Amino acid sequence: MKTFLTTTALVAVASAALAEGELNIYNWGNYTSPEMIEKFEKEHDVKVTITDYDSNDTALAKIKAGGHGFDIVVPSGTYIPIFVGENLLMELDPSELSNHGNIDPQWMDVKFDPGRKFSVPWQWGTVGVTVNTAVYGGDINDAAIILDPPEELKGKINVVPEMNDVMGMAIHYVGGETCTGDKEVLKKVRDVLVEAKKNWLSMDYGNIEKYAKGDLAAGVNWNGASMRARDQNADIAFGYPKTGYPVWMDNAAILADAKNVDNAKLFVNFIMEPENAAMLSAFAKYANGIAGSEEFMPEEMKSAPEIVVPADLKSAAYIAETCPPEVSKIYTQIWTELQK
Amino acid sequence: MSDLAQSREKQERRNRWLLLTPALVILLIAASGPLLITLTYSFLTPGDYGGVEWRFSTEAWFNVIFQRDIFDDTLGFADAHLSILWRSVKLSLMTTIGAVILGFPTAYFIATRPPHSRDIWMLLIMIPFWTNLLIRTFAVMELIRNEGTVNSLLIWSGVIDQPIQILFTETAIMIGMLYVYLPLMVLPLYASMERLDFNLVEAGYDLYATRFAVLRRIILPLVKPGLIAGSILVFVPSLGAYVTPRVMGGGKQLMLGNLIELQFGQGRNWPLGAALSITLLAIVMVALIFYVRSAGREEVGHG
Repeated sequence: MKTFLTTTALVAVASAALAEGELNIYNWGNYTSPEMIEKFEKEHDVKVTITDYDSNDTALAKIKAGGHGFDIVVPSGTYIPIFVGENLLMELDPSELSNHGNIDPQWMDVKFDPGRKFSVPWQWGTVGVTVNTAVYGGDINDAAIILDPPEELKGKINVVPEMNDVMGMAIHYVGGETCTGDKEVLKKVRDVLVEAKKNWLSMDYGNIEKYAKGDLAAGVNWNGASMRARDQNADIAFGYPKTGYPVWMDNAAILADAKNVDNAKLFVNFIMEPENAAMLSAFAKYANGIAGSEEFMPEEMKSAPEIVVPADLKSAAYIAETCPPEVSKIYTQIWTELQK
Repeated sequence: MSDLAQSREKQERRNRWLLLTPALVILLIAASGPLLITLTYSFLTPGDYGGVEWRFSTEAWFNVIFQRDIFDDTLGFADAHLSILWRSVKLSLMTTIGAVILGFPTAYFIATRPPHSRDIWMLLIMIPFWTNLLIRTFAVMELIRNEGTVNSLLIWSGVIDQPIQILFTETAIMIGMLYVYLPLMVLPLYASMERLDFNLVEAGYDLYATRFAVLRRIILPLVKPGLIAGSILVFVPSLGAYVTPRVMGGGKQLMLGNLIELQFGQGRNWPLGAALSITLLAIVMVALIFYVRSAGREEVGHG
């Protein structure tokens, strides 16, 4: 306890001395609001450097290897337990973070980080179906659009190659539970997916243009990406499959071997300020999980159907989880068979 | 006297080895080092969240070709892996054949131009190489997509009334690889043809050989080394292609490169990824041995 106190005292002294300094953020590409970073730099006199990654696996591999020099990382909820298990994250002390109480209660006791001991919300969103309503006029809140597509959508469907999200959507479609290891269920899942794939055009990322221009008429997609497509083509709509759809959250965390710990703490606290969280959302077009940020959000996001989940479909959401390795292994086999 | 010569020779040999040492060390570390790590990893157990555990296992190698059915536990061939393997070899071969068909006349055309203009033609072949591979691939994609240039032109001219779905098919992957690797065929072919003595071609015609006979009996045997070198240069990178199948195949038609990436990424099975990498290497080796053999025979023939 005594050493703890001394350390805190030292840290307090150091933080005053290091008010001007550096901060290295390792985050998904095109995801960090430049205006918000500028504000942070001015407010705290810190020079921020941002490095991009394109997948959780890339980030995990690089940080595990060491010698990266980053202070902050923003993994998805499904990866937080892995990062924690590998001792890669620094435990947060909520009493040091004055804005910790701003975390929306529904995002406080999350399964992947109970009590928010290691991470704070960055952005959250859903994986649902994007549909061009000029091509298909039926109910869009249905996974069958992808898994048993109507005639007019066949051959114009794209599925993002995110194994856990697509497997999850299919598992819930056939009536299973998240991360199920039930072979009967998984057999159905495989048959449904293999049959459905014949009607898919592609399994690819980065499709905003293709939806807008009509190359694609439907697909598994992220809500923010779907919203950007709608900006270019008013016929594009986003549906929430009523059998179940994944909700994901990316979370900012301080790395265990961070060099600029104090600045990192300042930053983590900074993004939980409602006004700043709203700046993040305005840039990335996702919701943020900070209570009170709504009033600072751009007008068109407050009512966007991609962000505001219809009341009757809220219960169909499930939070994406890290599946146990032995289950993951089966999923990979099904996934390989699907992609072959 | 002979003693002196012997010791000098000995010293020379020692010096030669000493001078070679830096190069050998670099070769050892840079070439065999990563390979050895890959080989070692292929015999370990996959870690739960990527990486490996240091427990010996041959399962990865077993899984390259076989798999236990996830549902009824019966042993069978790993259908997914084998069909991806077959697609890789098939598309690479087709790309190579396509590159010969397009590259041979191109190289011949350039080699038969006056010497001062050949450089300009070669430059035109090289220019695409100055652009990033990904950008070139996206350019081809823009051409063949449903709303792209080719389909729009065909619809406009009335040849078809519905766009042809080329993008995201195996054909698209082949077109993409063909475009990207064609210069690798033209360059060695041109190098062979430039040295070709066209007097021999003339002599052939003088002796009443048909055009086809001249091509088959005179030109082909003389440019064969270039043809084989070009084929290897196209076949080998096609086999390991990653970007082109990813972009042009729409993630639905995996090739070996993509399968390997899947194992190291979302699949979290590094040993299997390592075993697949070495399988790919083995296929490349077979192609190269074929090359060395046929090149070797060539020399004997001439000697």
